[in-house]
Amino acid sequence: MQEKSGEGPGFFTSKLEHVIGWARSYSNFLYPFITACCGMEYMSVASGHYDIDRFGWGLTRFSPRQADVLLVVGTINHKIAPILRQVYDQMCEPKWVVAFGVCTCTGGFYDNYATVQGIDTIVPVDIYIPGCPPRPEAVLDGLMKLQAKIENQRQAL
Amino acid sequence: MSIEDSGRETRSMLLNIGPSHPSMHGVIRLITELEGEKVIKVEAEIGYLHRAFEKSCENSTWTQAIPYTDRLNYVSPLINNFGYCEAVEKLLGIEATERCKYIRVLMSEISRITDHLTCIAASAMEMGALTAFLYLMKAREFLYEIIEEVTGARLTISYGRIGGAKGDISKETLDKLDKALIKVEKEMSEVDKLLTRNRIFYDRTRDVGSLTQEDALSYGITGPVARASGINYDVRKAFPYEVYDRMDFEVPLGERGDCYDRYLVRMEEMRQSLRIIRQARTEMPGGPINVDADGKAIPSFDMVDQAKLGRTADLLGAISKLEPTLEGMERPYQDRIMPKDRTVVLPNKADTYGNIEGLMNHFKLIMDYHGIRPPAGDVYHAVEGANGELGFYVVSNGSDRPYRVRVRPPCFFAMAGLHKMLEGYMVADIVPSFGSINMIAGELDR
Repeated sequence: MQEKSGEGPGFFTSKLEHVIGWARSYSNFLYPFITACCGMEYMSVASGHYDIDRFGWGLTRFSPRQADVLLVVGTINHKIAPILRQVYDQMCEPKWVVAFGVCTCTGGFYDNYATVQGIDTIVPVDIYIPGCPPRPEAVLDGLMKLQAKIENQRQAL
Repeated sequence: MSIEDSGRETRSMLLNIGPSHPSMHGVIRLITELEGEKVIKVEAEIGYLHRAFEKSCENSTWTQAIPYTDRLNYVSPLINNFGYCEAVEKLLGIEATERCKYIRVLMSEISRITDHLTCIAASAMEMGALTAFLYLMKAREFLYEIIEEVTGARLTISYGRIGGAKGDISKETLDKLDKALIKVEKEMSEVDKLLTRNRIFYDRTRDVGSLTQEDALSYGITGPVARASGINYDVRKAFPYEVYDRMDFEVPLGERGDCYDRYLVRMEEMRQSLRIIRQARTEMPGGPINVDADGKAIPSFDMVDQAKLGRTADLLGAISKLEPTLEGMERPYQDRIMPKDRTVVLPNKADTYGNIEGLMNHFKLIMDYHGIRPPAGDVYHAVEGANGELGFYVVSNGSDRPYRVRVRPPCFFAMAGLHKMLEGYMVADIVPSFGSINMIAGELDR
């Protein structure tokens, strides 16, 4: 849609963007990249007691090509780092990455030769959820923050 | 006429499974060679979760190594904790108190149940039984609530201490535990009804992934996998540690060593663990924890605040309320779970803040290059982990840091013998077979 003044998007484009953002934030397909301990808490979040499905995160896809959000759960060491990058590259745009647990955020207390000191050295990260492992409530909070981010960001159409 | 008879050339196909695959619990890579749908060769590649556990332990003090042990088998961290602590205790030549031993047994068995619940839940889910997964996760959550109340954390608890445990269990918690166990039992019987006589489940697991007794022995496989093959070996019975010799429980054995037998063994072990928990709970020595306030009880955080300001005159005989997060605050209770040896056990916080002897004792145990110093020597101590014999081989050269902490992870041996369980079966059988072993990458790769 061509603008006369050339300043910012027009009425329809901005409304459309808003609608798309709203829709995208509530229909996320997750790809859980589970490696370690945090996977136990992911299982807790995903099942009955905490029920991730209430927030529109229910559908887990085990193929990166069908997923929107990459949930990196657990320690990433140098051997699995290239695989994480490959999985990220296989995902279609638009895509988001959640660093689940302190190992993925900074390497945590595994400050040694084997562990990658934060996955943001490999893939861009949207939301960091610290904790070793984070409580399910913290995970839900982090995912809701990601929803807000998705909703308010500029949508690639 | 089959292809082999036709004289035409046949070629096998290589299929890579993992390391990022939904049915590979944790991370492991299987390189399989297929003939049609039949698996003829399997090679497992490990190391995708190598976190330098042993090296990290060498660089930390004896006490600082405890959190690393949590993350070995993260499905049953309490057993790892106590295993390491008992190994170091053996090296030091000290013994935990009676009550602490009962607490360790009780908490270990809770942990064992959570591990088996997770294993059955995950392997059932991979076969399509999502309902069983949700039920068992519900049951696990009831136990996590108890664990959280006792230790202060849900999963990575760091509850064990060299010479004892972090905190005592209150009577209220034990009452809650009773209620939780009933709820867990209910969920378990529900899943038992859903799975045990389920035609689909039975067909997918019966005579699938069989492991003969000889193979299990020669690969050094222990735990439920070996017991399903008929090997009567349980560390709790063979080399009783803590107070397992006083507990009345049975070791379930399988006959065929297939996935179905492993499932049955795990289910029965959970029932036996429930029995042990109930025995430990009733036989546990020591009276109620929360004594009458008597007008003198003050919240523990108040006690710390006052002590920081130097107002310690009233604190010496004071009784504080039990709080699992403030370790050692409970002067009357600490002696019940920690031995008297002050060269190993931290003084309670009232002493640390209240008098110079307590402060010095704390300093000598916490500061770098002081710490616990076991005599030079080595020791091997094994506990029955949820997946089999979990051994700690600890070497000391007399310094404040371990010279070596070697772990004998039960999964490692199961992975060495994995090809015996997968070769000759179909590709689809890899998933239930692999699920029934309960491979935990944390302890496999360390």
